[in-house]
Amino acid sequence: MTVLSAGSPPRTRGAELKPRRRRKWTGWGFIGPFLLVFLFDLVAPIVYAIYLSLFQDKLIGGNKFAGLANYTQALSDPQFWTGFERVVLFLIVQVPIMLLISLGAALAIDSARLHWTPLYRLSIFLPYAVPSVVGALMWGFLYGNQFGLVSDLDSWFHVTLPNVLQSGTWILPAIGNIVTWEFIGYNMLIFYSALQTIPGELYEAAELDNASSWRIIWHIKIPALRPAIAIATIFSIIGSFQLFTEPAVLYPIATNAIGSAFTPNYYAYNLSFNGQEYNYSATIAIVMGVITVVVAYVFQRISQRNQGA
Amino acid sequence: MAVTEQAPSAARRSARPARGSRKAWNPNKRRKSPMLTAVMTLGLIYSLLPLFWLIVNASKTQSNLFSTNGLWFGGHFALFENIKQTLTYSNGEFLHWFGNTLIYVVVGAGGATFLSTVGGYGLAKFDFPGKRGVLAVVLGAVAIPGTVLVVPTFLMFSKMGITNTYWSVIIPSLINPFGLYLMWIFARDAIPKELLEAARVDGAKEWRIFFSISLKLLRPGMITVLLFAVVATWNNYFLPLIMINKPSLYPLTVGLYQWNALSQTAGGTPIFNLVLTGSVLMIVPIMVVFLVMQRYWQSGLAAGSVKQ
Amino acid sequence: MTATTRAARAWRRGAATLAVGALAAVGMTACSSSSSGSASSGSTASSSDIAAALQKKSTITVWAWAPQDKDIVAAFEKKYPNVTVNLVNAGTSTTQYTKLQNAIKAGSGVPDVAQIEYYALPQFAVSGSVQSLDGYGFDSLKSDYASAVGDAITVNGSLDALPQDTGPMALFYNEKIFKQYGLTVPTTWDQYVADAVKLHAANSSEYITSDTGDPGFATSMTWQAGGKPFTVNGATSVTINTADAGTQKWATEWDQMEEKGLLAQTAGWSSQWFTQLGNGQIATLVTGAWMPDNLETSAAAGNGDWRVAPMPTYTAGTAASAENGGSSYAVMKGSSNALVAAGFVQFLATQPGEQILANEGGFPALTSILNSSSFLDQDPAYFGGQKINEVLSSAAASVLGGWSYMPFQVYANSIFPDTVGKAYSNKTDIYAAMQAWYKASAAYGTQQGFTVTTK
Repeated sequence: MTVLSAGSPPRTRGAELKPRRRRKWTGWGFIGPFLLVFLFDLVAPIVYAIYLSLFQDKLIGGNKFAGLANYTQALSDPQFWTGFERVVLFLIVQVPIMLLISLGAALAIDSARLHWTPLYRLSIFLPYAVPSVVGALMWGFLYGNQFGLVSDLDSWFHVTLPNVLQSGTWILPAIGNIVTWEFIGYNMLIFYSALQTIPGELYEAAELDNASSWRIIWHIKIPALRPAIAIATIFSIIGSFQLFTEPAVLYPIATNAIGSAFTPNYYAYNLSFNGQEYNYSATIAIVMGVITVVVAYVFQRISQRNQGA
Repeated sequence: MAVTEQAPSAARRSARPARGSRKAWNPNKRRKSPMLTAVMTLGLIYSLLPLFWLIVNASKTQSNLFSTNGLWFGGHFALFENIKQTLTYSNGEFLHWFGNTLIYVVVGAGGATFLSTVGGYGLAKFDFPGKRGVLAVVLGAVAIPGTVLVVPTFLMFSKMGITNTYWSVIIPSLINPFGLYLMWIFARDAIPKELLEAARVDGAKEWRIFFSISLKLLRPGMITVLLFAVVATWNNYFLPLIMINKPSLYPLTVGLYQWNALSQTAGGTPIFNLVLTGSVLMIVPIMVVFLVMQRYWQSGLAAGSVKQ
Repeated sequence: MTATTRAARAWRRGAATLAVGALAAVGMTACSSSSSGSASSGSTASSSDIAAALQKKSTITVWAWAPQDKDIVAAFEKKYPNVTVNLVNAGTSTTQYTKLQNAIKAGSGVPDVAQIEYYALPQFAVSGSVQSLDGYGFDSLKSDYASAVGDAITVNGSLDALPQDTGPMALFYNEKIFKQYGLTVPTTWDQYVADAVKLHAANSSEYITSDTGDPGFATSMTWQAGGKPFTVNGATSVTINTADAGTQKWATEWDQMEEKGLLAQTAGWSSQWFTQLGNGQIATLVTGAWMPDNLETSAAAGNGDWRVAPMPTYTAGTAASAENGGSSYAVMKGSSNALVAAGFVQFLATQPGEQILANEGGFPALTSILNSSSFLDQDPAYFGGQKINEVLSSAAASVLGGWSYMPFQVYANSIFPDTVGKAYSNKTDIYAAMQAWYKASAAYGTQQGFTVTTK
């Protein structure tokens, strides 16, 4: 992110030399509490997970050092990689769709060409406030082909919509829909807030040039949105890799369609709490974490380069 | 989504400050687009339909739930009975879970906001050895999927013997790297150097400066971070699911899911109407909070998302 | 960013060292987990010790889902007023086992007593999670139950739990629907399939039964077809026969149902499932004898329509059944009230608890009740006054012997949807999927240190 290249603002020397030395360590006093908890919450579990991933604890035989055996297993584990491909597919399809819709919504709301703008702004944001558990439960009911929305649509339009919860092909788009529904508002808000900060002078200049609305969007709004789009995309990518709650909540009513290794996170969860394979689960978590960080970093570099920062 | 507009409008915006909500545009110069409104209404329906479904079905009795049309009211209007039953079922379990959720939110989200604010302020206003490293590490941490950490954290906490306690959910909630990032950006811009310099020249200690001067200026950013932290902890599911075993410590997310699971297992009593009603009761407070605090989070996000 | 990245890496290394130091301070260097091949050995206690413990003030936590347990607990507390029982429904079957394993790993929140089905008991015993009941003076109780039950609660020579109920399978069918569509009550599986075809052809929203793939059902049906895919040879050795004939027999028969779309795809125990059972869209259930109470509670709309008949078999004129489900109750290791917990389990598994179970539509394991006339004469209104327990008792008598589960059946069941479940949704060959499931289970067993021979 361009964030880091900003660094600290330039200082004048001389008069500040002495106070700066005094302040040198004060910063630690402020960042200290956060870092302490950070160490405990983030660093320690990662270190412990790495430690765990080097061992194997069996029902017969107990706990033994296993070196990199878990990693070799993970790298050749078809279930892990199928789950991984699935989240990548999910990412490639769902994230652009969701972001495009959010972008469109933000632009529409910002355009001041809507009647009752605050109503739209609020109602599109509301799904974000719903816990994903409740969201998945609601959509699970709606998808049910006997007593849900799908069945009503079937009888009104005399069609037979696919039984989404039992279908291996349709379950991923169905989950994609739930995630989109949950996060459109959040992303729209990021974009909308970014649009609010565009200085008025730019619009005045566009007025003078008699620019059409499309030109305004293309030349003023979208460039101003680039950083926000970058952030939203990175978070969506990270979120897609983490996909867990929706498959987990839907699992009891869509067991065959979802399966125990649907996403890498769900696989890691089942390994731990169904299979008691904590060491291997830690390995999967680490491999997944590394992949996510790498992808996020690569993406950030690409977007940084594109922004010409 | 297509944004249809007609001929360019005149005098779109008057000059205004670079931040903050837009003011003083002339509504008469704005041509509303019915087509745009129609398209957006589709979006509105999409967003609100499940919530509408939820409220409509929370007003039905258990037996009417599956025998009436899902999209409209049916049978006896039982919303208030359902609410009463939800609040009293199983010795007032729901209220107990509500209390737990409040604890997790107040301490967890409140603590996270405090740590992010203090930390962001430190990052923004001080230069100290290792600062770049700290920045890189913390921002890198934003990229680490939270769920990846849950299982290792659970195993670590098990070893330490602190699972199944309030702290096992609160402590992991205290870290909010994105909140730190937001507060860092916000503090950088919201607090003028001169103000701090003046206070230092007067001999005030850094902590006093922070609490008496800086904190007030940081308020919009803090409220944004707080609101998002509140939503995150209120809606937290995976973490408490793993950490908590005793029903008496469940937050509402896990509790409602248990009710739903119990409704469809051998030996369980179907209480889907209570699950739905409970969901409504759970969503309402968060929505109220967001409605009331609208202006804060909009301005806070505006500052955070663009300033690079 | 490269400079900061380098700095960040250096910083991370430093932080990691700090963290490791912190962890060491918390004492994590010891690899302390151990596992024995059997349940931890029980302390010796006589029935008088248990009786004395029950007189003192204490509280125990019991995790169970059986609906009759509320009344059993009430009766227990009435008899022993100083004991408070905290009955928690932590989910059914696999859901509860996941939580149980979770709690055991966390070392916190483990209940004193847990309801554990027979197929799951070996996995908990082998991992040392249950308290052995040897030496509590319960050995004489084994003769009060069928020998198969006695075998099920004894793992590697140690008595690990006491039984509550059994689940001999029978055919539960909706007589109203059968009469409406002119179906005959099937005695063979071929007749069952024919009925299925006829019913679904007459009305496409009607199904003979619902099946989306259930490991308990698949193993029980394999059992009834004479299959014996799993053999346990001692504490650490298992043989898995992937070419098991019984598996193939059942799978081939069931393929007809699956491929022709004769199975409703409604998730079992869901609200839709109960509604369809109540209104007749699902016309039969091939399941264990514990089902009546569940139908009465959750599918009330079908009151009076349902009947019970013996399970269809593969050869006309023979009777064969298998067990599906059926639970025992075990004292969990580490319970601080082991004596009181043992006393509760004894109460539940003997006359007092079993009688309550029987009175409330359960199918107890205690043979004295099973054979009693009051039990056999029960004629619930839900089943139109039929004496269902007579049918269920003869089903119990025709359960085929010699069946074993794998010592890691709980895990194997959790990965069942990945192979066989997928076959159901893709309408492909069930036998091939079952073989794949056996192989995956064998791989898990080997990974866990068992000696697994695959045939």
